[in-house]
Amino acid sequence: MLRSDTGKLSLILLMTPFVLWIVLLILLPQLGITFVSLREKIGPRQYEFGFGNYIAFIQEPIYWNTLLRTAWMSILVTVMSLLVGFPIAFYIAKIAQRRSRAGLFLLCLIPLWVSDLVRAFGWIVLLRETGLISGALQYVGLVNGPVEMLYNDVTVVIGLVYTVVLFMIVPLVSTLDGMDNSMLEAGYNLGGSRLTVFRRIIVPYAMPGIVSGCIIVFMLTAGSYLTPILLGGKNSMWFTEQIYDQFITRYNWEAGATFGVLLLGFTSMVIWLGLKLTGQNLASTVAKD
Amino acid sequence: MFDLECENLVKRFGPFTAVDGVSLEIPSGSFFSILGPSGCGKTTLMRMIAGFENPNSGDIRLKGKSVVTTPPNKRNVKMVFQHLALFPMMNVGENIAYGLRCRGENKADITAKVASVLERISMPGVQEKQISQLSGGQKQRIAIARCMVLNPDVLLLDEPLGALDLKLREHMKIELKQLQSQFDTTFLYITHDQSEALVMSDNVAVMNGGRFEQIGAPETLYHAPKTAFVAGFVGDSNRWSGTVSSIAGDLAKVTVGNGLEMVASIGGARPQTGGEVEVFVRPEAMQLLAKGAATAMAAMNTLDGVVDSLLFNGAASRVLVRTQAGLLIEVVHRMDAGQVRVNPGDAVTVGWAHGAGLCFRVGG
Amino acid sequence: MKFLGSKLLATAAVIIAVSTGASSAETLRLLTWGSYAPDEIIKLFEEKYPDIQVEVTFSNNEEMVAKLRATGGAGFDLAQPSHDRIYAVQQEYGIYKPLDLTKIDTSVMEPKLLEGVKANTTIDGQVYAVPHQWGTSGLMADVSKVPDLKSWSDLCDPQYKGKTSMRLKRTILLGTAFAMGEDPFAAYSDLDKYQTILDKVAEKLIACKDNLKTYWTGGDDLSNLMLSGEVVASETWDSTAYKLYAQNPNIHFIPPTTGALAWIDTFTIPAKGEADDAAYKWINFVLQPEIVKLMSASTGSQASVKGAKDLLPEDKRAAVTAAFTDKDIDNLKFFANIPPGVEDMEGKTLEKIKAATE
Repeated sequence: MLRSDTGKLSLILLMTPFVLWIVLLILLPQLGITFVSLREKIGPRQYEFGFGNYIAFIQEPIYWNTLLRTAWMSILVTVMSLLVGFPIAFYIAKIAQRRSRAGLFLLCLIPLWVSDLVRAFGWIVLLRETGLISGALQYVGLVNGPVEMLYNDVTVVIGLVYTVVLFMIVPLVSTLDGMDNSMLEAGYNLGGSRLTVFRRIIVPYAMPGIVSGCIIVFMLTAGSYLTPILLGGKNSMWFTEQIYDQFITRYNWEAGATFGVLLLGFTSMVIWLGLKLTGQNLASTVAKD
Repeated sequence: MFDLECENLVKRFGPFTAVDGVSLEIPSGSFFSILGPSGCGKTTLMRMIAGFENPNSGDIRLKGKSVVTTPPNKRNVKMVFQHLALFPMMNVGENIAYGLRCRGENKADITAKVASVLERISMPGVQEKQISQLSGGQKQRIAIARCMVLNPDVLLLDEPLGALDLKLREHMKIELKQLQSQFDTTFLYITHDQSEALVMSDNVAVMNGGRFEQIGAPETLYHAPKTAFVAGFVGDSNRWSGTVSSIAGDLAKVTVGNGLEMVASIGGARPQTGGEVEVFVRPEAMQLLAKGAATAMAAMNTLDGVVDSLLFNGAASRVLVRTQAGLLIEVVHRMDAGQVRVNPGDAVTVGWAHGAGLCFRVGG
Repeated sequence: MKFLGSKLLATAAVIIAVSTGASSAETLRLLTWGSYAPDEIIKLFEEKYPDIQVEVTFSNNEEMVAKLRATGGAGFDLAQPSHDRIYAVQQEYGIYKPLDLTKIDTSVMEPKLLEGVKANTTIDGQVYAVPHQWGTSGLMADVSKVPDLKSWSDLCDPQYKGKTSMRLKRTILLGTAFAMGEDPFAAYSDLDKYQTILDKVAEKLIACKDNLKTYWTGGDDLSNLMLSGEVVASETWDSTAYKLYAQNPNIHFIPPTTGALAWIDTFTIPAKGEADDAAYKWINFVLQPEIVKLMSASTGSQASVKGAKDLLPEDKRAAVTAAFTDKDIDNLKFFANIPPGVEDMEGKTLEKIKAATE
């Protein structure tokens, strides 16, 4: 009797922070946002319930173009993070000496020690027309005049990959770490070439890590704000910027909330689609036992 | 014709020599074991044969052809790994088909071969099962089938029974032996468990410190070990250190601790009178005699002692006897009906034939 | 029920605001611009009024309004939005409270500015703001490379291709409208007309986009662009230009021929402010001449007190003298009150410009 009571108590104690976190910080604000998004403004301090904000979104190509562009570039960033992160993760998990692993891991964490803003300014200092790289290129004589490397989509993608690649590496390292080296040797021993072993053994084995890394990276990228704005310059269009503008510059909370709901819905849909296409599901990847 | 030959193989890791001039020849279709304690270099030797390590010198030949420069995925040597290394993300059928697909065989052939190999290991129709649904023994057989479907020249097995529980291990020993004769393929089996090696093998190489101590049939190793290491490692023995007091023909009289004297055959290099030796006597070569009985019997060593404890183990039951000098001796003594019953505290005499013990020169 | 959503959103902010508010008997929570509350002045204020503690939150016009809106005017005791951000915002969200002018020493203020702000922020006979600092938005050029920048539209001159910049906010829309011969402030009363002006402006600015290096987003950003020479002509705040003048005397502030756009940052008291007396004390304190001097050194702008120019630091006064003639001062266009709906129209126009590809 006593034992089941204490068991129940510890269960409640353990559950409480989780439930509070979910309800107060995720569920309630999300419900609030959804509620605001369904409010149509018809005059000063006068609102009506309706889907007008969503209709306005559909009718304005700038909005959904920006959303599509954000999604498309986020997918690109996700793919590139995977391409960059996989070899790094493989090196850390499988090739590096056990004692140098912690150091390598820490190296990957360094970008997180400074704020987003500082990181973006770092890139600006490097890439601007009068910046370090442009100067170095001129100094060694590879180019004649200054080169502007800022304010274009390529820079935005590079900056974003740099910012998020760690979140790809961490889950990959942890899945690859669990892979027995003899599995690779068995792959070769049974006649597989390097490519076969990679394609048929390493990738399928790492799939849970790949999928959870991709989900995290995609969500982080689609929701990022500073990097695309600061590095993108005059043509950068990022959906979070639209949300900020609606909320702050235009005092239009209703449209901003609508955009927020749409961003969440759309990115969730992209992830669902991605899982479907790769034949994975959340239970077998993120919640792997 | 030898399926596998190794000639003077040497492998060094920095200053450490893991494999030190090993040569072996395995005839086609035989079951060959390498037996040795952990760290003796047996795994390194196997990894060189599989191609995962390159020897510093020496040659490896498969069916007469040198494969030292052949990459591991091109050698027709397949390997069953210690933890089997089945691919968890593939089902049983895909696991077995993996090697065939790497070879680029066509689909229909693959399906047929997979089905037939599963038939041969008595697990027909399990293609769709997931690896996690199999029992330990079934996994073992699938791991072997995955290699055998490729018709390897030699199958390497790296202590595959280590992870199994005792009962299953006993069972799998027999099954492995049967599979080997059924497939009629050369098996090279690595183990530190002498009973596995003795039960299954046609020939066993005992390895220590990077070298082969002795290669021979299990009976030979058991009954006629050439070195003290082999005598001690293969089978159980009572073991004493002593000095030679006299030598007569193949027999030496040895004085062990506390002045006890015994006669033993000389194994390996001949010791000198006064030289230090180690004496090995198998427990089953000894018998319990009634106190004072038949001591006159010629060519018998005898020791008086008291029964310390009984170790019942069916047919392999033993009695521990403590001599007056305090030595503990293990003696095989069946405790069935019709045998002399002894109880702890009984005074007994332990006896064994002069030729039953073996002595080896220390350091030689 | 109607405001459930905003209440949910505001909960966290309210909790924080209440808990910090309760910790001390007299706390003055300032919501103001980056340089409007330098540590030096806070220290002097706290020496004079030892029982008042000053807490500062730095922000900008849009965020000030958004913050106050989220809490219904709670969380701060004194805010400093620009004069054009009060009338419509107050009507829409009710986030300010009327000022008690008897508690403010209005006699030191420049009458023209005071009357202007009062006229702009009076609702139902009650005044909601008084002026503090004022300044202008105009043009800036490195005169050694761009000797004859005169009009807003000169930023789109192809001879400076890739070397000009602007901030993609409402200022440039209005400036460009003036440069095209329109009067956008007059059109505020006729929003259809205003929309046609905005459409023309958008067309012009989209065509101009290729000519720009980038849109600047803040003073530091702009300073870097100008000092490195990557940009030679730009829209600017006068205070930023004055600061750069001190580092490179070739960088001048240039009032456009159609007139620099003038803004006045004000003092307002949020609707649920809890330390009105302290707020009035702060207002009167920073209007004292010696404090105005310190403040102007920090902000780079002029205070709206009589003889403010003389209270500017030496280098700033030189920069102002170099930039403005008396004629330029007369030509100033003060930002008009933004009627409801205009922010949305302008926002859409800005989005359209940003989204347009070259």
